[in-house]
Amino acid sequence: MPVPRLDILNETIRNLYFHVPMWFTMIVLFACAFYYSIKYLRTGNLQDDIYAVQFTNTGIFFSIIGLLTGMEWAQFTWGAAWSNDPKELCTAMSMLIYFAYSVLRSGLKDDEKKAKISAVYNVFAFAMMIPLIFIIPRMVASLHPGNGGNPAFKQYDLDKYMRMVFYAAVPGWILTGVWIATLKVRFELIKYKKENPFQFDFEKNCK
Amino acid sequence: MSKQALITIFLLLITATLAGAQTEMADTMRSNGKIYVVVTVLATIFAGIFAYLVFLDRKISKLEKEKKS
Repeated sequence: MPVPRLDILNETIRNLYFHVPMWFTMIVLFACAFYYSIKYLRTGNLQDDIYAVQFTNTGIFFSIIGLLTGMEWAQFTWGAAWSNDPKELCTAMSMLIYFAYSVLRSGLKDDEKKAKISAVYNVFAFAMMIPLIFIIPRMVASLHPGNGGNPAFKQYDLDKYMRMVFYAAVPGWILTGVWIATLKVRFELIKYKKENPFQFDFEKNCK
Repeated sequence: MSKQALITIFLLLITATLAGAQTEMADTMRSNGKIYVVVTVLATIFAGIFAYLVFLDRKISKLEKEKKS
């Protein structure tokens, strides 16, 4: 597939198919976690909490890969792995917010309390991520490609060959992320049902 | 493969990547239109997902062991 010939970017323009979908996957996974956190707060069902936690953990995993690939790329195009670019800083901040979520959970002993507090925290974390990832990067100057407007597209958008690959890559990566998350959810549900056989029967009979 | 071996390989990859970046222009990572940056990025994603799978595998084996006993 031919790609546009641009200075500095050169062949690394192809990272659009790998680095950018990592962030899309992360956003989708965090959105799922947000949905299940609200669902948990409405129903109080601990299984929804398991969904929320595993979606968040997988989202954190994808954010780490996204940041690592971004840093590797920046090392050879911007000349440094970390140059305190607004996009890097905002991403780092939202990642720290989600790291704090894991720390918060491991700090609480009681399951119900842990689930409730972390669900509330997760709602706020998601609400913080939106301005950090979507709004601030669009308001300030940045070194990132496609700056001034949409963080990732703009200059590539006109190229139909790149679009063909990119639009295929994005759902592929998102589904991979969701698949990993559901594997973890299934694992944790089996564990949960094994540890609380009585509670599970009780919940089933209540429905 | 043991955990230590995996970590060593990972660290070697990182040092190789960073060491290649010290000089301007004429290094491998910037040759051929920086195509090796794309290769590194792909390798990172592959290594990341693979490490995650190994981690999941271990968790599942632990659960299986618990079930047996």
